[in-house]
Amino acid sequence: MRKPRLLHVPFWLTYVFLYAPIVVLVAMSVNSGDSPYSFDGFSLKWYGALAQNEDIREGLVNTLIVALATTVLATVLGTLLAVGMARYTRSRTLDAIGLLPAVLPDLVLAIGLLVLYSAVQMTLGLHSVLLAHVVFGMAFVAAVVRTRLSHGDTTLEEASRDLGAGAVTTFLRITLPQLAPGIAAGALLAFTLSVDEFVIAFFTSAPTEPTLPVVIYSMVRFGVTPEINALATLLLAVSFTVVIAAQRMTRLTESLS
Amino acid sequence: MSTTKEHDVATRPAPREGPRRPRRTRGSGRFFAGLVFLGPGLTYLIVLLMIPLALVLSYSIFQRGRFGGVVYEPTGENFTRLLDPLYLDVVLGSLKLATIATLIALLVGYPTAYMIAMLPRKWKTIALVAIVLPFWTNFLVRVYAWIVLLSGPGVVNTALIDLGLIDEPLEFLYNQGTIVTGLVYSYLPLMVLPLYAAIEKLDPTLREASANLGARPARTFFSVTLPLTVPGVLTGCLFVFVPSFGNFIIPELLGGGRSIMVGNLIRDQFLKARDWPFGATLALALVAVLVALLLAQAWAARRYSRA
Repeated sequence: MRKPRLLHVPFWLTYVFLYAPIVVLVAMSVNSGDSPYSFDGFSLKWYGALAQNEDIREGLVNTLIVALATTVLATVLGTLLAVGMARYTRSRTLDAIGLLPAVLPDLVLAIGLLVLYSAVQMTLGLHSVLLAHVVFGMAFVAAVVRTRLSHGDTTLEEASRDLGAGAVTTFLRITLPQLAPGIAAGALLAFTLSVDEFVIAFFTSAPTEPTLPVVIYSMVRFGVTPEINALATLLLAVSFTVVIAAQRMTRLTESLS
Repeated sequence: MSTTKEHDVATRPAPREGPRRPRRTRGSGRFFAGLVFLGPGLTYLIVLLMIPLALVLSYSIFQRGRFGGVVYEPTGENFTRLLDPLYLDVVLGSLKLATIATLIALLVGYPTAYMIAMLPRKWKTIALVAIVLPFWTNFLVRVYAWIVLLSGPGVVNTALIDLGLIDEPLEFLYNQGTIVTGLVYSYLPLMVLPLYAAIEKLDPTLREASANLGARPARTFFSVTLPLTVPGVLTGCLFVFVPSFGNFIIPELLGGGRSIMVGNLIRDQFLKARDWPFGATLALALVAVLVALLLAQAWAARRYSRA
Protein backbone atom coordinates (compact mmCIF):
# COMPACT_ATOMS: atom_id res chain seq x y z
CA MET A 1 0.00 0.00 0.00
CA ARG A 2 1.32 3.42 -0.92
CA LYS A 3 1.93 5.71 1.99
CA PRO A 4 0.37 9.13 1.55
CA ARG A 5 3.22 11.56 2.16
CA LEU A 6 0.92 14.51 2.51
CA LEU A 7 -0.46 13.05 5.72
CA HIS A 8 2.83 13.09 7.59
CA VAL A 9 2.37 16.73 8.55
CA PRO A 10 -1.05 16.52 10.26
CA PHE A 11 -0.03 13.17 11.77
CA TRP A 12 3.01 14.57 13.57
CA LEU A 13 1.23 17.82 14.41
CA THR A 14 -1.42 15.81 16.25
CA TYR A 15 1.22 14.26 18.49
CA VAL A 16 2.92 17.61 19.06
CA PHE A 17 -0.47 19.07 19.99
CA LEU A 18 -1.19 16.19 22.39
CA TYR A 19 2.19 16.12 24.09
CA ALA A 20 3.50 19.71 24.08
CA PRO A 21 1.43 20.79 27.11
CA ILE A 22 2.44 17.64 28.97
CA VAL A 23 6.15 18.16 28.23
CA VAL A 24 5.98 21.78 29.41
CA LEU A 25 4.18 20.72 32.59
CA VAL A 26 6.80 18.11 33.42
CA ALA A 27 9.66 20.52 32.67
CA MET A 28 8.16 23.20 34.92
CA SER A 29 7.72 20.73 37.77
CA VAL A 30 11.51 20.34 38.15
CA ASN A 31 12.09 24.08 37.93
CA SER A 32 14.26 25.57 40.67
CA GLY A 33 12.78 29.04 40.29
CA ASP A 34 9.65 30.25 42.02
CA SER A 35 7.86 31.13 38.80
CA PRO A 36 5.76 28.33 37.36
CA TYR A 37 6.39 29.74 33.88
CA SER A 38 10.09 30.31 33.23
CA PHE A 39 12.72 27.65 33.64
CA ASP A 40 15.68 28.61 35.86
CA GLY A 41 17.36 25.29 36.59
CA PHE A 42 16.78 21.76 37.83
CA SER A 43 15.42 21.10 41.29
CA LEU A 44 13.09 18.66 43.01
CA LYS A 45 12.04 21.15 45.68
CA TRP A 46 8.43 21.32 44.52
CA TYR A 47 8.07 17.59 45.05
CA GLY A 48 9.24 18.15 48.62
CA ALA A 49 6.71 20.95 49.05
CA LEU A 50 4.05 18.64 47.66
CA ALA A 51 4.81 15.96 50.24
CA GLN A 52 4.27 18.57 52.96
CA ASN A 53 0.91 19.68 51.59
CA GLU A 54 -1.75 18.54 54.06
CA ASP A 55 -4.73 19.12 51.71
CA ILE A 56 -3.27 17.02 48.94
CA ARG A 57 -2.32 14.17 51.25
CA GLU A 58 -5.83 14.14 52.69
CA GLY A 59 -7.38 14.24 49.22
CA LEU A 60 -5.17 11.39 48.08
CA VAL A 61 -6.19 9.20 51.02
CA ASN A 62 -9.88 9.97 50.39
CA THR A 63 -9.52 9.19 46.70
CA LEU A 64 -7.79 5.88 47.36
CA ILE A 65 -10.47 4.82 49.87
CA VAL A 66 -13.24 5.65 47.40
CA ALA A 67 -11.46 4.12 44.40
CA LEU A 68 -10.62 0.83 46.14
CA ALA A 69 -14.13 0.39 47.51
CA THR A 70 -15.59 1.36 44.13
CA THR A 71 -13.40 -1.19 42.38
CA VAL A 72 -14.53 -4.04 44.65
CA LEU A 73 -18.25 -3.22 44.47
CA ALA A 74 -18.28 -2.31 40.77
CA THR A 75 -16.36 -5.45 39.82
CA VAL A 76 -18.68 -7.82 41.71
CA LEU A 77 -21.92 -6.11 40.59
CA GLY A 78 -20.70 -5.51 37.02
CA THR A 79 -19.53 -9.08 36.49
CA LEU A 80 -22.80 -10.56 37.79
CA LEU A 81 -24.75 -8.13 35.63
CA ALA A 82 -22.74 -9.01 32.52
CA VAL A 83 -23.22 -12.75 33.00
CA GLY A 84 -26.89 -12.28 33.78
CA MET A 85 -27.49 -10.13 30.70
CA ALA A 86 -25.59 -12.46 28.40
CA ARG A 87 -27.06 -15.72 29.69
CA TYR A 88 -30.45 -15.08 31.24
CA THR A 89 -32.20 -12.37 29.28
CA ARG A 90 -32.50 -10.90 25.83
CA SER A 91 -34.11 -7.70 27.04
CA ARG A 92 -32.84 -4.70 25.11
CA THR A 93 -34.21 -2.38 27.76
CA LEU A 94 -31.84 -3.95 30.29
CA ASP A 95 -28.99 -3.52 27.82
CA ALA A 96 -29.82 0.14 27.51
CA ILE A 97 -30.04 0.66 31.28
CA GLY A 98 -26.69 -1.09 31.70
CA LEU A 99 -25.04 1.19 29.15
CA LEU A 100 -26.74 4.38 30.27
CA PRO A 101 -24.16 5.46 32.89
CA ALA A 102 -21.43 5.23 30.25
CA VAL A 103 -23.18 7.59 27.82
CA LEU A 104 -25.03 9.89 30.20
CA PRO A 105 -23.23 13.23 30.76
CA ASP A 106 -21.53 13.05 34.14
CA LEU A 107 -23.08 16.38 35.09
CA VAL A 108 -26.61 14.98 34.75
CA LEU A 109 -25.75 11.92 36.86
CA ALA A 110 -24.11 14.20 39.41
CA ILE A 111 -27.13 16.47 39.90
CA GLY A 112 -29.44 13.44 39.85
CA LEU A 113 -27.59 11.89 42.75
CA LEU A 114 -27.41 15.20 44.58
CA VAL A 115 -31.19 15.49 44.28
CA LEU A 116 -31.66 11.90 45.47
CA TYR A 117 -29.34 12.34 48.45
CA SER A 118 -31.12 15.49 49.52
CA ALA A 119 -34.54 13.85 49.00
CA VAL A 120 -33.64 11.03 51.41
CA GLN A 121 -31.75 13.53 53.60
CA MET A 122 -28.49 11.63 53.43
CA THR A 123 -25.43 13.52 54.66
CA LEU A 124 -22.64 13.83 52.11
CA GLY A 125 -19.27 12.22 52.66
CA LEU A 126 -17.01 9.60 51.16
CA HIS A 127 -19.90 7.12 51.15
CA SER A 128 -21.99 9.36 48.87
CA VAL A 129 -19.09 9.61 46.38
CA LEU A 130 -18.58 5.85 46.59
CA LEU A 131 -22.26 5.10 45.87
CA ALA A 132 -22.07 7.40 42.84
CA HIS A 133 -18.81 6.00 41.46
CA VAL A 134 -20.13 2.44 41.63
CA VAL A 135 -22.90 3.45 39.18
CA PHE A 136 -20.56 4.12 36.26
CA GLY A 137 -17.85 1.72 37.48
CA MET A 138 -20.34 -1.14 37.31
CA ALA A 139 -21.46 -0.13 33.81
CA PHE A 140 -17.88 -0.15 32.50
CA VAL A 141 -17.01 -3.48 34.17
CA ALA A 142 -20.20 -5.01 32.74
CA ALA A 143 -19.39 -3.68 29.26
CA VAL A 144 -15.82 -5.05 29.31
CA VAL A 145 -16.84 -8.44 30.74
CA ARG A 146 -19.65 -8.75 28.21
CA THR A 147 -17.33 -8.38 25.24
CA ARG A 148 -15.45 -11.40 26.57
CA LEU A 149 -18.68 -13.31 27.17
CA SER A 150 -19.96 -12.86 23.66
CA HIS A 151 -16.61 -13.96 22.23
CA GLY A 152 -16.48 -17.11 24.37
CA ASP A 153 -18.83 -19.91 23.54
CA THR A 154 -21.07 -21.70 26.00
CA THR A 155 -19.99 -25.27 25.11
CA LEU A 156 -17.72 -25.54 28.15
CA GLU A 157 -20.51 -24.42 30.44
CA GLU A 158 -22.90 -26.86 28.82
CA ALA A 159 -20.37 -29.66 29.15
CA SER A 160 -20.00 -28.83 32.83
CA ARG A 161 -23.77 -28.97 33.34
CA ASP A 162 -23.99 -32.21 31.34
CA LEU A 163 -21.42 -33.76 33.62
CA GLY A 164 -23.65 -32.98 36.55
CA ALA A 165 -22.18 -29.77 37.99
CA GLY A 166 -24.69 -27.32 39.43
CA ALA A 167 -25.17 -23.74 38.27
CA VAL A 168 -22.98 -22.37 41.07
CA THR A 169 -20.12 -24.81 40.49
CA THR A 170 -20.26 -24.18 36.76
CA PHE A 171 -20.13 -20.43 37.30
CA LEU A 172 -17.25 -20.59 39.77
CA ARG A 173 -15.13 -23.20 38.00
CA ILE A 174 -15.88 -22.64 34.31
CA THR A 175 -17.37 -19.19 33.61
CA LEU A 176 -15.35 -17.14 36.09
CA PRO A 177 -11.86 -18.42 35.11
CA GLN A 178 -12.71 -17.80 31.44
CA LEU A 179 -13.76 -14.26 32.26
CA ALA A 180 -10.80 -13.49 34.53
CA PRO A 181 -8.85 -11.28 32.06
CA GLY A 182 -11.98 -9.29 31.28
CA ILE A 183 -12.79 -8.88 34.96
CA ALA A 184 -9.23 -7.73 35.69
CA ALA A 185 -9.38 -5.20 32.85
CA GLY A 186 -12.79 -3.98 34.05
CA ALA A 187 -11.54 -3.61 37.63
CA LEU A 188 -8.53 -1.60 36.45
CA LEU A 189 -10.82 0.60 34.40
CA ALA A 190 -13.19 1.18 37.33
CA PHE A 191 -10.25 2.07 39.59
CA THR A 192 -8.71 4.52 37.11
CA LEU A 193 -12.05 6.17 36.35
CA SER A 194 -12.80 6.59 40.04
CA VAL A 195 -9.37 8.07 40.82
CA ASP A 196 -9.72 10.62 38.00
CA GLU A 197 -13.42 11.38 38.41
CA PHE A 198 -14.11 15.01 39.22
CA VAL A 199 -17.60 16.19 38.27
CA ILE A 200 -19.62 13.68 40.31
CA ALA A 201 -17.23 13.94 43.27
CA PHE A 202 -17.53 17.73 43.10
CA PHE A 203 -21.30 17.50 43.58
CA THR A 204 -21.53 14.58 45.99
CA SER A 205 -18.54 14.98 48.31
CA ALA A 206 -18.62 16.79 51.61
CA PRO A 207 -16.52 20.00 51.74
CA THR A 208 -14.62 18.49 54.67
CA GLU A 209 -13.76 15.29 52.77
CA PRO A 210 -12.78 16.25 49.22
CA THR A 211 -11.26 13.71 46.85
CA LEU A 212 -7.96 14.53 45.14
CA PRO A 213 -9.50 15.89 41.89
CA VAL A 214 -11.69 18.22 43.96
CA VAL A 215 -8.59 19.44 45.84
CA ILE A 216 -6.76 19.97 42.53
CA TYR A 217 -9.73 21.88 41.14
CA SER A 218 -9.82 24.31 44.04
CA MET A 219 -6.04 24.82 43.75
CA VAL A 220 -6.16 25.35 39.97
CA ARG A 221 -8.99 27.84 40.29
CA PHE A 222 -6.82 30.07 42.41
CA GLY A 223 -3.98 30.05 39.95
CA VAL A 224 -0.90 28.23 38.82
CA THR A 225 1.70 27.09 41.34
CA PRO A 226 4.83 24.98 40.79
CA GLU A 227 3.42 22.57 43.36
CA ILE A 228 0.52 21.66 41.07
CA ASN A 229 3.03 21.10 38.28
CA ALA A 230 4.77 18.52 40.47
CA LEU A 231 1.50 16.87 41.44
CA ALA A 232 0.36 16.81 37.81
CA THR A 233 3.64 15.19 36.78
CA LEU A 234 3.24 12.48 39.41
CA LEU A 235 -0.35 11.81 38.30
CA LEU A 236 0.80 11.64 34.68
CA ALA A 237 3.53 9.17 35.63
CA VAL A 238 1.05 6.95 37.47
CA SER A 239 -1.49 6.98 34.62
CA PHE A 240 1.17 6.31 31.99
CA THR A 241 2.51 3.36 33.98
CA VAL A 242 -0.95 1.90 34.51
CA VAL A 243 -1.98 2.28 30.86
CA ILE A 244 1.24 0.79 29.52
CA ALA A 245 1.09 -2.06 32.05
CA ALA A 246 -2.52 -2.75 31.08
CA GLN A 247 -1.52 -2.70 27.41
CA ARG A 248 1.26 -5.22 28.07
CA MET A 249 -1.09 -7.36 30.14
CA THR A 250 -3.81 -7.57 27.50
CA ARG A 251 -1.25 -8.39 24.85
CA LEU A 252 0.13 -11.11 27.12
CA THR A 253 -3.30 -12.64 27.70
CA GLU A 254 -4.14 -12.33 24.02
CA SER A 255 -1.01 -14.19 23.04
CA LEU A 256 -1.78 -16.89 25.62
CA SER A 257 -5.31 -17.52 24.45
CA MET B 1 -10.22 -31.72 35.48
CA SER B 2 -7.67 -34.30 34.28
CA THR B 3 -6.82 -34.85 30.65
CA THR B 4 -8.04 -38.44 30.60
CA LYS B 5 -11.50 -37.36 31.65
CA GLU B 6 -11.67 -34.76 28.92
CA HIS B 7 -10.57 -37.40 26.47
CA ASP B 8 -13.32 -39.69 27.70
CA VAL B 9 -15.96 -37.06 27.18
CA ALA B 10 -14.74 -36.28 23.72
CA THR B 11 -14.72 -39.87 22.46
CA ARG B 12 -17.78 -41.21 24.22
CA PRO B 13 -20.85 -41.21 21.96
CA ALA B 14 -23.49 -38.75 23.06
CA PRO B 15 -26.06 -40.39 25.33
CA ARG B 16 -29.30 -40.89 23.45
CA GLU B 17 -31.51 -41.82 26.35
CA GLY B 18 -31.53 -41.26 30.06
CA PRO B 19 -32.75 -38.36 32.17
CA ARG B 20 -33.20 -34.96 30.58
CA ARG B 21 -30.31 -32.63 31.06
CA PRO B 22 -30.76 -30.22 33.93
CA ARG B 23 -29.72 -27.17 31.90
CA ARG B 24 -32.69 -27.55 29.61
CA THR B 25 -35.14 -26.84 32.39
CA ARG B 26 -36.82 -23.52 31.92
CA GLY B 27 -38.64 -23.25 35.18
CA SER B 28 -38.21 -21.57 38.51
CA GLY B 29 -34.55 -22.69 38.78
CA ARG B 30 -33.54 -20.68 35.76
CA PHE B 31 -35.58 -17.71 36.89
CA PHE B 32 -33.91 -17.88 40.30
CA ALA B 33 -30.43 -18.06 38.74
CA GLY B 34 -31.24 -15.07 36.53
CA LEU B 35 -32.41 -13.18 39.60
CA VAL B 36 -29.17 -13.92 41.44
CA PHE B 37 -27.10 -12.55 38.56
CA LEU B 38 -29.25 -9.63 37.48
CA GLY B 39 -30.92 -8.69 40.75
CA PRO B 40 -28.15 -6.87 42.65
CA GLY B 41 -26.87 -4.82 39.71
CA LEU B 42 -30.30 -3.88 38.43
CA THR B 43 -31.55 -2.92 41.88
CA TYR B 44 -28.49 -0.71 42.26
CA LEU B 45 -29.03 0.94 38.88
CA ILE B 46 -32.72 1.50 39.53
CA VAL B 47 -32.13 3.13 42.93
CA LEU B 48 -29.02 5.15 42.07
CA LEU B 49 -29.53 5.85 38.37
CA MET B 50 -33.13 5.60 37.20
CA ILE B 51 -34.76 7.14 40.28
CA PRO B 52 -32.30 10.08 40.39
CA LEU B 53 -32.85 10.74 36.69
CA ALA B 54 -36.62 10.57 37.10
CA LEU B 55 -36.37 12.93 40.09
CA VAL B 56 -34.28 15.51 38.22
CA LEU B 57 -36.45 15.44 35.14
CA SER B 58 -39.64 15.73 37.19
CA TYR B 59 -38.24 18.74 39.08
CA SER B 60 -38.43 20.69 35.84
CA ILE B 61 -42.19 21.11 36.21
CA PHE B 62 -42.02 22.33 39.82
CA GLN B 63 -41.30 25.69 41.39
CA ARG B 64 -38.41 26.95 43.35
CA GLY B 65 -39.08 27.44 47.05
CA ARG B 66 -38.39 30.78 48.65
CA PHE B 67 -35.30 29.48 50.46
CA GLY B 68 -33.97 27.23 47.73
CA GLY B 69 -36.12 24.15 48.26
CA VAL B 70 -38.64 22.77 45.81
CA VAL B 71 -42.36 23.53 45.94
CA TYR B 72 -44.32 20.67 44.44
CA GLU B 73 -46.78 22.72 42.43
CA PRO B 74 -46.72 22.12 38.70
CA THR B 75 -45.68 25.05 36.55
CA GLY B 76 -44.52 25.68 33.02
CA GLU B 77 -42.52 28.67 34.15
CA ASN B 78 -39.13 26.93 33.89
CA PHE B 79 -39.68 26.16 30.25
CA THR B 80 -40.69 29.70 29.32
CA ARG B 81 -37.63 30.90 31.19
CA LEU B 82 -35.53 28.56 29.07
CA LEU B 83 -36.65 30.55 26.01
CA ASP B 84 -35.43 33.78 27.57
CA PRO B 85 -32.58 34.99 25.31
CA LEU B 86 -30.39 35.20 28.41
CA TYR B 87 -30.46 31.41 28.73
CA LEU B 88 -31.29 30.40 25.19
CA ASP B 89 -28.14 32.16 23.96
CA VAL B 90 -26.05 30.09 26.38
CA VAL B 91 -27.62 26.86 25.13
CA LEU B 92 -27.14 27.87 21.49
CA GLY B 93 -23.62 29.09 22.25
CA SER B 94 -22.75 25.72 23.79
CA LEU B 95 -24.15 24.00 20.72
CA LYS B 96 -21.96 26.22 18.55
CA LEU B 97 -18.76 25.67 20.55
CA ALA B 98 -19.31 21.91 20.80
CA THR B 99 -20.01 21.72 17.06
CA ILE B 100 -16.88 23.68 16.16
CA ALA B 101 -14.77 21.52 18.49
CA THR B 102 -16.25 18.38 16.93
CA LEU B 103 -15.52 19.54 13.38
CA ILE B 104 -11.94 20.54 14.22
CA ALA B 105 -11.41 17.20 15.97
CA LEU B 106 -12.69 15.48 12.84
CA LEU B 107 -10.40 17.50 10.54
CA VAL B 108 -7.38 16.81 12.77
CA GLY B 109 -8.37 13.27 13.66
CA TYR B 110 -9.14 11.87 10.24
CA PRO B 111 -5.67 12.24 8.64
CA THR B 112 -4.09 11.02 11.86
CA ALA B 113 -6.32 7.95 12.06
CA TYR B 114 -5.67 7.30 8.36
CA MET B 115 -1.91 7.48 8.87
CA ILE B 116 -2.07 5.15 11.86
CA ALA B 117 -4.10 2.62 9.88
CA MET B 118 -1.41 2.65 7.16
CA LEU B 119 1.48 2.10 9.59
CA PRO B 120 3.22 -1.26 9.96
CA ARG B 121 1.68 -3.41 12.69
CA LYS B 122 4.30 -2.74 15.33
CA TRP B 123 4.17 1.05 14.97
CA LYS B 124 0.40 0.98 14.80
CA THR B 125 0.10 -0.21 18.41
CA ILE B 126 2.60 2.38 19.62
CA ALA B 127 0.87 5.19 17.72
CA LEU B 128 -2.52 4.18 19.11
CA VAL B 129 -1.29 3.92 22.70
CA ALA B 130 0.30 7.36 22.28
CA ILE B 131 -3.09 8.74 21.22
CA VAL B 132 -4.92 7.19 24.17
CA LEU B 133 -2.27 7.90 26.80
CA PRO B 134 -3.10 11.58 27.44
CA PHE B 135 -6.77 10.66 27.62
CA TRP B 136 -6.11 8.35 30.55
CA THR B 137 -4.46 11.07 32.57
CA ASN B 138 -6.37 13.29 34.93
CA PHE B 139 -8.72 15.57 33.04
CA LEU B 140 -8.06 18.59 35.29
CA VAL B 141 -4.32 18.17 34.84
CA ARG B 142 -4.67 18.27 31.07
CA VAL B 143 -6.78 21.43 31.19
CA TYR B 144 -4.39 22.96 33.70
CA ALA B 145 -1.46 22.34 31.35
CA TRP B 146 -3.03 24.79 28.92
CA ILE B 147 -3.18 27.48 31.60
CA VAL B 148 0.55 27.03 32.20
CA LEU B 149 1.12 27.35 28.47
CA LEU B 150 -1.17 30.19 27.55
CA SER B 151 -1.84 32.45 30.52
CA GLY B 152 -0.68 36.09 30.65
CA PRO B 153 2.69 35.32 32.25
CA GLY B 154 2.56 31.79 30.74
CA VAL B 155 5.23 29.78 28.98
CA VAL B 156 4.29 30.86 25.46
CA ASN B 157 4.23 34.56 26.34
CA THR B 158 7.48 34.32 28.31
CA ALA B 159 9.17 32.60 25.38
CA LEU B 160 7.84 35.17 22.88
CA ILE B 161 9.04 38.08 25.02
CA ASP B 162 12.45 36.44 25.56
CA LEU B 163 12.77 36.01 21.82
CA GLY B 164 11.97 39.68 21.38
CA LEU B 165 8.96 38.98 19.20
CA ILE B 166 6.53 40.85 21.44
CA ASP B 167 6.89 43.43 24.18
CA GLU B 168 3.66 42.91 26.05
CA PRO B 169 2.17 39.50 26.91
CA LEU B 170 -0.69 38.55 24.60
CA GLU B 171 -4.04 37.47 25.97
CA PHE B 172 -4.46 33.91 24.74
CA LEU B 173 -6.72 32.66 27.50
CA TYR B 174 -10.31 33.38 28.39
CA ASN B 175 -11.98 33.45 25.02
CA GLN B 176 -14.03 31.05 22.95
CA GLY B 177 -10.95 29.99 21.00
CA THR B 178 -9.26 28.60 24.11
CA ILE B 179 -12.45 26.81 25.11
CA VAL B 180 -12.54 25.11 21.71
CA THR B 181 -8.82 24.30 21.96
CA GLY B 182 -9.37 22.74 25.38
CA LEU B 183 -12.32 20.69 24.12
CA VAL B 184 -10.43 19.43 21.06
CA TYR B 185 -7.39 18.63 23.19
CA SER B 186 -9.44 16.72 25.75
CA TYR B 187 -11.58 14.65 23.42
CA LEU B 188 -9.46 14.17 20.28
CA PRO B 189 -8.62 10.56 21.25
CA LEU B 190 -12.35 9.76 21.25
CA MET B 191 -12.45 10.91 17.63
CA VAL B 192 -9.32 9.12 16.46
CA LEU B 193 -10.20 5.68 17.87
CA PRO B 194 -13.52 5.03 16.04
CA LEU B 195 -12.09 6.60 12.87
CA TYR B 196 -9.09 4.32 13.07
CA ALA B 197 -11.34 1.29 13.60
CA ALA B 198 -13.40 2.21 10.52
CA ILE B 199 -10.41 2.91 8.28
CA GLU B 200 -8.56 -0.19 9.45
CA LYS B 201 -11.56 -2.35 8.52
CA LEU B 202 -11.55 -1.10 4.92
CA ASP B 203 -10.59 -3.62 2.30
CA PRO B 204 -7.39 -2.22 0.69
CA THR B 205 -8.28 -3.88 -2.62
CA LEU B 206 -11.12 -1.38 -3.01
CA ARG B 207 -8.66 1.50 -3.05
CA GLU B 208 -6.34 -0.40 -5.35
CA ALA B 209 -9.22 -1.10 -7.73
CA SER B 210 -10.11 2.58 -7.72
CA ALA B 211 -6.49 3.52 -8.47
CA ASN B 212 -6.19 0.89 -11.18
CA LEU B 213 -9.29 2.26 -12.84
CA GLY B 214 -7.49 5.58 -13.10
CA ALA B 215 -8.86 7.54 -10.16
CA ARG B 216 -6.49 10.04 -8.60
CA PRO B 217 -5.81 9.66 -4.85
CA ALA B 218 -8.18 12.53 -4.03
CA ARG B 219 -10.96 10.99 -6.10
CA THR B 220 -10.35 7.59 -4.47
CA PHE B 221 -10.53 9.19 -1.06
CA PHE B 222 -13.77 11.08 -1.65
CA SER B 223 -15.56 8.36 -3.63
CA VAL B 224 -14.31 5.22 -1.87
CA THR B 225 -12.59 5.70 1.47
CA LEU B 226 -14.63 8.52 2.99
CA PRO B 227 -18.10 7.12 2.19
CA LEU B 228 -17.11 3.72 3.56
CA THR B 229 -15.92 5.21 6.85
CA VAL B 230 -19.06 7.28 7.51
CA PRO B 231 -20.12 5.10 10.50
CA GLY B 232 -16.75 5.78 12.15
CA VAL B 233 -17.11 9.50 11.44
CA LEU B 234 -20.58 9.56 13.03
CA THR B 235 -19.42 7.65 16.12
CA GLY B 236 -16.36 9.85 16.55
CA CYS B 237 -18.39 13.05 16.20
CA LEU B 238 -20.87 11.83 18.79
CA PHE B 239 -18.07 10.83 21.19
CA VAL B 240 -16.57 14.34 20.98
CA PHE B 241 -19.80 16.30 20.93
CA VAL B 242 -21.47 14.67 23.95
CA PRO B 243 -18.80 15.45 26.58
CA SER B 244 -18.10 18.86 24.96
CA PHE B 245 -21.68 20.04 25.08
CA GLY B 246 -22.21 19.42 28.81
CA ASN B 247 -18.73 20.48 29.88
CA PHE B 248 -18.34 23.07 32.61
CA ILE B 249 -14.71 22.72 33.65
CA ILE B 250 -13.08 23.80 30.40
CA PRO B 251 -15.28 26.92 30.00
CA GLU B 252 -14.60 27.84 33.61
CA LEU B 253 -10.83 27.27 33.67
CA LEU B 254 -9.96 28.27 30.10
CA GLY B 255 -12.93 30.51 29.36
CA GLY B 256 -12.62 32.76 32.37
CA GLY B 257 -15.17 31.92 35.04
CA ARG B 258 -18.29 33.36 33.44
CA SER B 259 -21.26 31.15 32.63
CA ILE B 260 -20.55 30.56 29.01
CA MET B 261 -21.78 27.06 28.42
CA VAL B 262 -24.89 25.25 29.51
CA GLY B 263 -22.86 23.08 31.92
CA ASN B 264 -21.80 26.16 33.91
CA LEU B 265 -25.38 27.33 33.99
CA ILE B 266 -26.62 24.01 35.37
CA ARG B 267 -23.84 23.90 37.95
CA ASP B 268 -24.66 27.44 39.08
CA GLN B 269 -28.39 26.72 39.38
CA PHE B 270 -27.65 23.77 41.65
CA LEU B 271 -24.75 25.09 43.73
CA LYS B 272 -25.01 28.88 43.66
CA ALA B 273 -28.51 30.11 42.79
CA ARG B 274 -30.01 26.99 44.40
CA ASP B 275 -32.83 27.05 41.87
CA TRP B 276 -33.02 23.30 41.43
CA PRO B 277 -36.17 23.22 39.27
CA PHE B 278 -34.64 25.54 36.67
CA GLY B 279 -31.33 23.67 36.83
CA ALA B 280 -33.30 20.47 36.23
CA THR B 281 -35.00 22.09 33.23
CA LEU B 282 -31.62 23.02 31.76
CA ALA B 283 -30.41 19.45 32.36
CA LEU B 284 -33.53 18.20 30.60
CA ALA B 285 -32.70 20.42 27.62
CA LEU B 286 -29.15 19.05 27.62
CA VAL B 287 -30.36 15.45 27.70
CA ALA B 288 -32.98 16.20 25.01
CA VAL B 289 -30.33 17.52 22.61
CA LEU B 290 -28.13 14.49 23.24
CA VAL B 291 -30.99 12.01 22.81
CA ALA B 292 -31.96 13.72 19.55
CA LEU B 293 -28.35 13.37 18.38
CA LEU B 294 -28.18 9.70 19.38
CA LEU B 295 -31.39 9.00 17.48
CA ALA B 296 -30.13 10.92 14.46
CA GLN B 297 -26.88 8.99 14.55
CA ALA B 298 -28.68 5.64 14.81
CA TRP B 299 -30.99 6.67 11.96
CA ALA B 300 -28.09 7.81 9.76
CA ALA B 301 -26.09 4.65 10.48
CA ARG B 302 -29.07 2.44 9.61
CA ARG B 303 -29.87 4.36 6.46
CA TYR B 304 -26.24 4.21 5.50
CA SER B 305 -25.91 0.45 6.02
CA ARG B 306 -28.99 -0.15 3.89
CA ALA B 307 -27.65 1.93 1.02
